[in-house]
Amino acid sequence: MRLSLPARAALCLITIATLLFLYLPLVVVARLSFNPAKSVAWPGWSGYTTDWWSKAWESDAPREALLNSCKVALVATVIALVLGTLAAMAMTRFGFFGKDVVSFLLVLPIALPGIVTGIALQNTFSRTIDLGLFSFKVGFGFHSLVIAHATFCVVVAYNNVVARLRRSSPNLLEASADLGAHGSQTFRYITFPLVRSAMLAGGILAFALSFDEIVVTTFTAGSGFETLPQWILANFSRPQNVPLVNVMATFVMIVSIPLAWLAQRLSDGGDGGDGGAGR
Amino acid sequence: MPAIQLVRLRKTFGRDGHDSHQVVAVDDVDLEIAEGEFFSLLGPSGSGKTTVLRMIAGFELPTGGAVLLGGQDVTRAAPYDRDVNTVFQDYALFPHLTVQQNVEYGLKVKGIGRAERRQRAAEMLESVRLGSFGKRKPHEMSGGQRQRVALARALVNKPKVLLLDEPLGALDLKLREEMQVELKTIQREVGITFVFVTHDQGEALSMSSRIAVFNHGRIEQVGTPREIYDHPQTSFVAGFVGTSNVLDPTTSARVLGVEATHSVRPERIRLVAVGGAGARVDDGEVSVDGIVVDVQYLGAECRVRVQLDDSPAHLLASVPSDGLAGVSPGGPVRLAWSRRAAFTVTATDLDEHSADHLGADFQQGGDEQ
Ligand SMILES: Nc1ncnc2c1ncn2[C@@H]1O[C@H](COP(=O)(O)OP(=O)(O)O)[C@@H](O)[C@H]1O
Ligand SMILES: [Mg+2]
Repeated sequence: MRLSLPARAALCLITIATLLFLYLPLVVVARLSFNPAKSVAWPGWSGYTTDWWSKAWESDAPREALLNSCKVALVATVIALVLGTLAAMAMTRFGFFGKDVVSFLLVLPIALPGIVTGIALQNTFSRTIDLGLFSFKVGFGFHSLVIAHATFCVVVAYNNVVARLRRSSPNLLEASADLGAHGSQTFRYITFPLVRSAMLAGGILAFALSFDEIVVTTFTAGSGFETLPQWILANFSRPQNVPLVNVMATFVMIVSIPLAWLAQRLSDGGDGGDGGAGR
Repeated sequence: MPAIQLVRLRKTFGRDGHDSHQVVAVDDVDLEIAEGEFFSLLGPSGSGKTTVLRMIAGFELPTGGAVLLGGQDVTRAAPYDRDVNTVFQDYALFPHLTVQQNVEYGLKVKGIGRAERRQRAAEMLESVRLGSFGKRKPHEMSGGQRQRVALARALVNKPKVLLLDEPLGALDLKLREEMQVELKTIQREVGITFVFVTHDQGEALSMSSRIAVFNHGRIEQVGTPREIYDHPQTSFVAGFVGTSNVLDPTTSARVLGVEATHSVRPERIRLVAVGGAGARVDDGEVSVDGIVVDVQYLGAECRVRVQLDDSPAHLLASVPSDGLAGVSPGGPVRLAWSRRAAFTVTATDLDEHSADHLGADFQQGGDEQ
């Protein structure tokens, strides 16, 4: 389609404006993390320093918060990948009564407002659950966060793997068995390679989702455990710590850009579906 | 010993205990297929051919009956425990493996060494004329090439039986005709029993050593292409394989003097008199008068549709185009055919789309030649 010159110029301007709108704040935060002045008056920057970066590196609280976030995200992602992938395989392989309902229930957690999930989990974790034979209480800390985050991470893993499986021929598993492969061989040579890249893409998204989650986290972390978003939220209002917050935000940004790019590539191309490998 | 025996094989789909929701896909099928045969399962869509094939392969557990391969009962054996390979309708090539790896797959999972399976796969690809395509991915191949990869992937395992589910269905006409010849040649060379599913009666007639005609999950007739074409035993077979006139008992009684359903091929009917004069019918022939309804020109021959006098029935006659002088719609005509050309058939369920048969009617096969 050919557009007139004014139309093209307008489109070009709109695109640039949108990109600026999206990315200017990020650039500002990154720039501020190298700014000597603590003031947030904008554009109050003057000169250049790496002081905040070394200070952030030396202080325990933000580093520990970052580490906590990574640990929770990692474990929640692994759990989500295992459960999500198995659920996806079951849902594409077997037909059963009420399948549509189960499929809906599987993706519901991501649509539920975090505040609802948070309150529900908080309530559950704080109570003693009596099962007659034995009773237990989940309590709060690392493990409760992992469980809470896994509820919505499962959805991402499940969605990615289901999409991949739906796109490939349902006969592939039968073809494998027909050629003499036992169940474990079929999984190893066919099923797993087919969903591998979808799992990786789902895993990266799940990790990202868990990493910056704040609402459910607030309800389920307890008092002795702090994630990076919680730390940022707490220090954001303390003027002397704002530069450190900028450093942490910039750091997370730098790490997530290549991951986001990878996830995008894996989920729309991948090594599975027909036509993907040609790119 | 037959390569395959099906004994009262039955498969229903749907929830147990809810008879109204159940579909009887395969209804007590008995069949024996000899070693080395090119055997076709022919029938309209939904007649249960694929389900039979899937029960032989082991993908579907029969509701009743048994499957025997080489005399051994394998009804409950897993697909990987059967000496049978399948060419799927959509080929089901593994998209993440190369063509060579696809063909090697069966040998690899059976633990055959790398060098040997490389060589056997390469030879197999050579014999389906894809020798230089080993490094490609399936999505980089055309439909006809994928089809041959699927064939190579199955045949490299040297199975006792090869199952093919409408393998040519996705190809265009010219390629399909080439592949028909090629498949037949390959089958003769390797000597493996082929069980070939198709809804195309022309394909079944031209390729098979024997055919089983399916209708509503049952076998209507088993026989060689000649037997099926020349002596259909049921009205369904007469109509589905080629084109046939089916005369119901009342019309038969009037025309032939026997009260039973009869079938006559259009090409066995001749026009003996046009315009009502000089009707001469040979001994051993029967004749009937009617009015021409329409004439369909097909090149070397014409199809003349005739409405019988005193009857709602129509008959279709196939006559050489040069013997048609004076035949035009609305004109009277006399039809004659040898008594031996009409034979009794068992009246069976016709397919829904041809179910509006009157006193007598013709049916046309899916794809006649
Ligand atoms: N998995 C299934 N679930 C329910 N019904 C099925 C299933 N497979 C086949 N059928 C039904 O069984 C009948 C025969 O199907 P099929 O064997 O595929 O016929 P064909 O291959 O001759 O077209 C059809 O009515 C079809 O709808
Ligand atoms: Mg079928």
